[in-house]
Amino acid sequence: MKALILVGGYGTRLRPLTLTVPKPLVEFCNKPILLHQVENLAKAGVDHVILAVSYMSEVLEREMRLQEQRLGIRISLSHEQEPLGTAGPLALARELLTDNDEPFFVLNSDVICDFPFEDMLKFHTHHGKEGSIVVTKVEEPSKYGVVVYEGETGRIHRFVEKPQVFVSNKINAGMYIFSPSMLNRIQLRPTSIEKEIFPIMAKEGHLYAMELQGFWMDIGQPKDFLTGMSMYLQSVRVQNPEKLCTGPGFLGNVLVDPTAVIGENCTIGPNVTLGAGVVLEDGVRIKRCTVLKGARIRSHSWLESCIVGWSSSVGQWVRMENVTVLGEDVIVNDELYLNGANVLPHKSISESVPEPRIIM
Amino acid sequence: MLKAVILIGGPQKGTRFRPLSFEVPKPLFPVAGVPMLQHHIEACAKVPGMKEIILIGFYQPNDALSRYLSSAQQEFKILVRYLQEFAPLGTGGGLYHFRDQILSGGPSAFFLMNADVCSEFPLLEMLRFHRDHGDVHCAVVLATTANRKQSLNYGCIVESQKTHEVLHFVEKPATFVSDIINCGIYLFTPEIFTHIGMVFQRNQEEKLYSGCSWYRAEVIHLEQDVFTSLAGQQQLYVYKTQGFWSQIKSAGSAIYASRLYLNQYLQTHPERLVSSQEGGCTVNGNVFIHPTALIDPTAVVSVLLGPNVSIGKGVCIGAGVRVRESIILHGASLQDHCCVLNSIVGWDSTIGKWARVEGTPSDPNPNDPFAKINSETLFRDGGLTPSITILGCNVNIPSEVIIRNSIVLPHKDLSRSFKNQIIL
Repeated sequence: MKALILVGGYGTRLRPLTLTVPKPLVEFCNKPILLHQVENLAKAGVDHVILAVSYMSEVLEREMRLQEQRLGIRISLSHEQEPLGTAGPLALARELLTDNDEPFFVLNSDVICDFPFEDMLKFHTHHGKEGSIVVTKVEEPSKYGVVVYEGETGRIHRFVEKPQVFVSNKINAGMYIFSPSMLNRIQLRPTSIEKEIFPIMAKEGHLYAMELQGFWMDIGQPKDFLTGMSMYLQSVRVQNPEKLCTGPGFLGNVLVDPTAVIGENCTIGPNVTLGAGVVLEDGVRIKRCTVLKGARIRSHSWLESCIVGWSSSVGQWVRMENVTVLGEDVIVNDELYLNGANVLPHKSISESVPEPRIIM
Repeated sequence: MLKAVILIGGPQKGTRFRPLSFEVPKPLFPVAGVPMLQHHIEACAKVPGMKEIILIGFYQPNDALSRYLSSAQQEFKILVRYLQEFAPLGTGGGLYHFRDQILSGGPSAFFLMNADVCSEFPLLEMLRFHRDHGDVHCAVVLATTANRKQSLNYGCIVESQKTHEVLHFVEKPATFVSDIINCGIYLFTPEIFTHIGMVFQRNQEEKLYSGCSWYRAEVIHLEQDVFTSLAGQQQLYVYKTQGFWSQIKSAGSAIYASRLYLNQYLQTHPERLVSSQEGGCTVNGNVFIHPTALIDPTAVVSVLLGPNVSIGKGVCIGAGVRVRESIILHGASLQDHCCVLNSIVGWDSTIGKWARVEGTPSDPNPNDPFAKINSETLFRDGGLTPSITILGCNVNIPSEVIIRNSIVLPHKDLSRSFKNQIIL
């Protein structure tokens, strides 16, 4: 089976991290975002993954070749030279997607959840129509586009974008499965799948909704990245608790790479991920944070709701909070206070940032 | 024989020092580890021939003041007395009212100083200057240089370059007059009382003729009422000092004054400073630690103090604590890993683990040698002016929060972070 992952472009919402690393390769809970999806696709029987990119990255190409070998599947890159929207990339990859008449998956690259690929295949085969969309229940549906569908069959009636009054609390979760004939609906030009393709498919009775069980998050921006991390770690606690770190000094769900080094009298968690080679010196208090590979947090510092970029160094007695994001190789001097600071790579911070702002 | 008079004010004065002045009279507030007044008294006691120090103010006699005075007397082997004004009489009124006491014993001259100044107290140099210049009956005003803009906040002195006579004196002018400013430290001969007496008489007559009952005739302002008329009469001379000087009006200026005095200790009281080698905590710059303060013995080296830190009696400091540019008052407790910057932590307060208590320094521009500390208003542009964070006495800060640019009144338990606020 095949899958197309809509990777897109520069990942600007996840800057400053994506200024040095292509978004698919940014580690989410110690594994590149893309790999969470690809590994699960491979497990569900997909043997060819196509990455639809609008910005070509050598780093991404190199990494995918490694993963091809490791997972024993084929990974291709489909590069759109001009922006094709959310449906255009499917038309671009038509050749690759239609060499047999099996259905194919399409995923939004920012989605994290308990991937239900096997269930999606079953559901899609059962109703036999052209398309299936995974939907998920959210608390604030009017921030998104909601899906109105028949509860019993899943047949979709219509979509409503950011409704003012309550219509439904199910939104498009960014995961689809289509029959190859669906590609006849899409031309090779900038096309929005939600606005132009889906409404027609729904009217013709060719679009069905499958409700997702379990957690779901679009981790395309730092605030949601951290929320998604907390949800994912909770799911790890349920399914593979041995992967998490427990013991004195650890609270709640904490994921620590085996090569990370932790000092004395630290209190870590809940909801913390420490990447490879990360060093926490004595007396560090850290909660609801991701610390990426090679970063160092010096003694007595206090961090909450932060992302610390690769190889960064946070000084002693620093306080960081409120979705402070440090890009790669950032140095934060001792004793500073960072509140919602968004710091670009290779920057040295020598003054406190008491109110949220971007540091270039 | 010489005497010294120190004006210590009263509770209605020093409101910019709240909430710290709720607990202790401002002149007794510890600056560089000892009460503010002690720096004055130590300087006076060093002058040969100094026989008595008289404090004038309108605080009601209280335990703290009386206890301090008797201990000062014992320690410095000099007579120290407190004379209480019956009402606030201004910078000259109390002086005049108690003139008989000041002149008893026949001192040849006496110093007058304000309690709320921080200075090198070049008293011997002022005496020498007095002997070398002008008439033996003159008065000497200690002065320093300010920058043009800030000079408007002080008493401004126009000086004769040749004779060092004060040609003109004006208190807080609206427009620039001179960058030589009055330090609030003077050397007088008994003749000064003749001049003050004339002002007193004039005030009495005015009151009689004006018929205002609320106008207190005994109130005399030395600067406005006496100096301005003495200027240009060959009676008033100015001695300019290069030494450090600052007013201590606000809590922020107490931290700045601490820094100046701690630096002076290098020469005058090196035993009051902590050095890093003692096998104790790590120290940057000048730090005062009271001998009864206790630092976590299992992790002493992880504690980093200074520069410009004063730790009071019986303070407890946990592992991994950081204190910089701050005053920690008696009995306070700083728990593990907390960080205190540009703050004053009140008596018996507690700061929880990993908490951050931080203020904004209000120091004068270090690039301007004549800049003085600003007397900022409490509010600016509708918000609290960023300033030193002050915790009143017995304030409890929970762990892991941040208290920034805030003032917390005494006996308060906080439950969350606060920024740029006064917490009642």
